[in-house]
Amino acid sequence: MKRMKEYTPYHSPNDPCPPIGKKYYSTPPQLYIPFQPANLPQYSPKEALAKGTLWPAFYDYYDNPYRQRGN
Amino acid sequence: MWLYEKKLQYPVKVSTCNPMLAKFLVEQYGGADGELAAALRYLNQRYSIPDKVIGLLTDIGTEEFAHLEMIATMIYKLTKDAKPEQMKQAGLDAHYASHDSALFYHNASGVPFTTAYIAAKGDPIADLYEDIAAEEKARATYQWIIDMSDDPDLNDSLRFLREREIIHSLRFREAVEILKEERDRKVFF
Repeated sequence: MKRMKEYTPYHSPNDPCPPIGKKYYSTPPQLYIPFQPANLPQYSPKEALAKGTLWPAFYDYYDNPYRQRGN
Repeated sequence: MWLYEKKLQYPVKVSTCNPMLAKFLVEQYGGADGELAAALRYLNQRYSIPDKVIGLLTDIGTEEFAHLEMIATMIYKLTKDAKPEQMKQAGLDAHYASHDSALFYHNASGVPFTTAYIAAKGDPIADLYEDIAAEEKARATYQWIIDMSDDPDLNDSLRFLREREIIHSLRFREAVEILKEERDRKVFF
């Protein structure tokens, strides 16, 4: 499932700046699993410390979504 | 009572000399949705919330101080070697005039920290929803800083902090479910 969502704001012919194109917003995993079920798979302790969570189901990598479009 | 461990929760490494990033990061230091506001909000709410979720607020509130310390380290590393001229170029001239390179609890626009940022309604559901919103706002702040930062090492630490906001949000959502006392009950509609 794609967690980074996007939409295109309306751009009027009278707007002063060139259109930004797509606007992005993040919808991370806690929105879809509001209560953690028991016995989910786990990362190794070392990996968990690096990622910030023990649970792959709740890991969400983030990067600047605008950069991918060459901005 | 607290025990202090003399290490950061996650390593902080800054690889490029870009004091302007300090200007952005201070939002998470003394801003409305920053780590100080979060720590004080949760630790204060503990006294007027059902027993079942006090421990959660203690844990998360404590961790927010560990995050505050990471942010402080980032700001310190970015500004400690900046000369007045570099502070000026980074847009930190007003900060320098008032504080030199000392850290101060204000937001990215220089507005000093205020306890008005901290909500405590006394209603457990209202307060927990406030906490969920605070975590999502802090997550968004980290995203916006990552979007503007081109320092891969700094972004690595910021990604860790963002992930923690996600987990905190999840735990507060679970706390709401626990207080609803509807779990493990068969519900027919």
